[in-house]
Amino acid sequence: MSFDKSAPLMSIESDDAWLDEQVKKKVWTGPLDQAIKMVDSLYNWGRRGSIWPMQFGLACCAIEMIAAGGGRFDIARFGSELFRPSPRQADLMIVAGTVTKKMVPAIVRLYNQMAEPKYVMAMGACASAGGPFKEGYNVVSGIDKFLPVDIYVPGCPPTPQALFYGFLMLHKKINGQSIRNAPWYQAEEHEAIPEPILGPDIFDPRRAVEIKQLLGNESEMEARYIRLAARAELKHHKEGEAAPKPAAAKPVAAKPAPKPVAPAVAKTPAEAKLEENKADANFAQQAAQHHAATAKDDAPETKAADDAAKNA
Amino acid sequence: MAVLSPEQTKPVEQSKAFDGESVAALLKEGVDGAVVSASSAGIVVQNDKLIATLQWLKQSPDLAYDYFNSVTAVDWPDKFEVVYHVSSTSRGGPPLALKVNLNDKENPVVDSAGSVYYGAIQQEREVYDFFGVKFAGHPNLRRIFMWEGFEGYPLRKSYKEAYYEQDRKPFETRWDQGHHIIIEDRVPWHDNVIYPKDFDPTTYKQIREIVRVAPNINEGDVKALKTQPVVVSIGPQHPSTHGVFRMNVTLDGETVMALEPIFGYLHRNHEKIGERNMYIMNTPFTDRLDYLAGMCMETGYVIGVEKLMGVKPPERAEYLRVIMNEFTRIVSHMFGGIGQVYSDLGAFFTPIVIYGLEERELIIDLFEAASGSRMMCNYMRFGGVWRDVPEGWLDIARELVDNRLPKVADEMEKYLVHNEIFDIRAKNIGVLPADLAVSYGVSGPMLRASGVKYDLRRADPYSIYDRFDFDVPVGANGDIYDRMFLRIKEIRESIKILRQALRDIPNGETMSIKKAYSFKTPKGEVYAHIEAPRGEFGWYLVSDNTTTPYRYHVRAGDFVNLATMEQMCVGHKIGDLVGVLGSVDIIMGSVDR
Repeated sequence: MSFDKSAPLMSIESDDAWLDEQVKKKVWTGPLDQAIKMVDSLYNWGRRGSIWPMQFGLACCAIEMIAAGGGRFDIARFGSELFRPSPRQADLMIVAGTVTKKMVPAIVRLYNQMAEPKYVMAMGACASAGGPFKEGYNVVSGIDKFLPVDIYVPGCPPTPQALFYGFLMLHKKINGQSIRNAPWYQAEEHEAIPEPILGPDIFDPRRAVEIKQLLGNESEMEARYIRLAARAELKHHKEGEAAPKPAAAKPVAAKPAPKPVAPAVAKTPAEAKLEENKADANFAQQAAQHHAATAKDDAPETKAADDAAKNA
Repeated sequence: MAVLSPEQTKPVEQSKAFDGESVAALLKEGVDGAVVSASSAGIVVQNDKLIATLQWLKQSPDLAYDYFNSVTAVDWPDKFEVVYHVSSTSRGGPPLALKVNLNDKENPVVDSAGSVYYGAIQQEREVYDFFGVKFAGHPNLRRIFMWEGFEGYPLRKSYKEAYYEQDRKPFETRWDQGHHIIIEDRVPWHDNVIYPKDFDPTTYKQIREIVRVAPNINEGDVKALKTQPVVVSIGPQHPSTHGVFRMNVTLDGETVMALEPIFGYLHRNHEKIGERNMYIMNTPFTDRLDYLAGMCMETGYVIGVEKLMGVKPPERAEYLRVIMNEFTRIVSHMFGGIGQVYSDLGAFFTPIVIYGLEERELIIDLFEAASGSRMMCNYMRFGGVWRDVPEGWLDIARELVDNRLPKVADEMEKYLVHNEIFDIRAKNIGVLPADLAVSYGVSGPMLRASGVKYDLRRADPYSIYDRFDFDVPVGANGDIYDRMFLRIKEIRESIKILRQALRDIPNGETMSIKKAYSFKTPKGEVYAHIEAPRGEFGWYLVSDNTTTPYRYHVRAGDFVNLATMEQMCVGHKIGDLVGVLGSVDIIMGSVDR
């Protein structure tokens, strides 16, 4: 179906001049875009004002989450005081604490059980990136390895105020969404995120074939170790220096590049950044795409929507 | 089983302290040929004489080592050394270390001590999980923190995790030429995983969990519904499991027939990281063990390292430590031990939010003023505390202790304990008899609620607790009601200690040694234990004269206490189960470590 979006949504033409006049006065007519924005603003206002978080605490951060619910900080001011024990009734999953490999399948299952629209907030350093426990053998380096995260709240643990700032940011994000491009209103169905499997180590079933192929290909595996070691060194390699020697075929053996004999010329941060990007053009490209995507997601359409509401 | 009343329990006296050498002298007569060598640090016994030795130590009337503190292992280059700590509830005093050397590194086997001390059964599973040390005759030798099928034994020194860089911190690559290096860039999967070479994920079938149903169920036992028993998995995400605890419960109708706790959902490798950290780096990690009682955790660890270093903190620092510890105990009891139980028993969040959180915020403000952080204070240092409290801090603390906290304790008792609904829900539910509690190695308010007068602040005084005048309250029955009431009584005793400490605190230095980032400790080993709100927390540290501990083991009180869950719940309804769990008062950070 195609139609002119800028044309009025409906036109009423009758023989009765009085009726026409009354319709023009009392009934708002305008382009479809504007109508959707009006609906969005009302819809987002309602939704952001009553986000029900899931009653789901993993570790230390959960205590601060409970403190945020207490009388002193009072999360009810943000409309989120109703912690629901069931994922079916919750809008927001606050991943409050360290995500361990043993726990990840349960978290992914809980996320899949939540009804859309659903949001994920990574509260604290551990849920964002592994935090102080990152190097541990049972710790996942951030829940964003498995779930799409909307808001990251830094801190170890974040104070209740920091959590509230995260809530405000989430409100802002919800404000920027429209029923036209929100993923849960699209025609295609969303597949549930497959639960990771606990084998000799945790693995994502979507990567099973890739893992098998790579493990079977010994030379490629070795090359990958070398490439990674080289890449890690290249990123921080000063210009005009000889390329680093390929490190041994194990990550443990990856040593930093030899220190330059003469002090390198100091560079501006922008130049250094550029060089870094050159070293890994692929990464830069990905980052640019990511930025574009997030900018699109968070576009502040609220103002226009508000104007439309005023006009109405 | 007979329950000891408070009058019957023997008072804990500081009698003649036995150390390794004197016990070894007695042991030579008791068990023939058991002792290999003995020093003040501990006794090395013959592998095949271990159980006889433990039996003798437990039954000897003079020694009466009836309490099992901990078992752990040390991975030496040529052997595994399994270390047992036992102590006596009637005598008090420091624990005795027993060691067994396992020279076969491929297949280390030692007899299980579960037949002597019930408490050993759960802790031996931990040693098996971490080191692969097998315990002959163990009823349930499976992995406890990691899942079945996990590759490797993580606390062996030969185990290198995916993000491994170096054996000791600080890592050379951490700030290389002014740049950080993202560790994901160094591993092939860009993730914290290692796969063995022959691993085929496309055909991999996850190993199914072994569910242990009630032992010896006969057909006649399932009476209520005349059906088969049902196994219900409660957790890891459940509103009343206090985090990510999980239980497999076998039910006959609504009656619990068997219960098995399942751990590991918050196992964040405290010990492995601790062995790589320099000593001072571990202090903030201990905060995150029992995150409701961070100050107590720091104190225990710091006392352990101070014993290794041979330093003592100055007077003012000792007083500040006691003040912080007792404030922490009050916070922890109000929030975790009392508030959460009521929400488990159906009062939703009212007791936590009204009674637990209000005073917690006031006390936590004091912590923030002293240390800069609300929860993770990182305040204790080796040889003192980080810095003195700010001006006026003590006055605010005195005001709180004199006028506010006693009233709250009274109010809690009036409205929460003397409450008809609570009486019905809590009395005679989850009873733990005294002899079983001791045999399981239960500690803290749970042990005292069962009628055993054993408080480490009195039995093996650390810091300056021997100077204060306070009582050790005990319960009579060991049910939920007693545990709850006991915690309120303990809050009163803490207030008593706080009053004395705030009155007597001297002026002066807060650090006895120069602050140092990196230092070496002399060779040796130490087991330092403290009375934390959730029981006995012990740090077993082995030093090899470097800047990092060679072995770093934490004995968590609530982890050991949880072993009694089945004992307490069988025969009760499933609705009482959450109440019992609440009264154990667990924090998953220290249970799973």
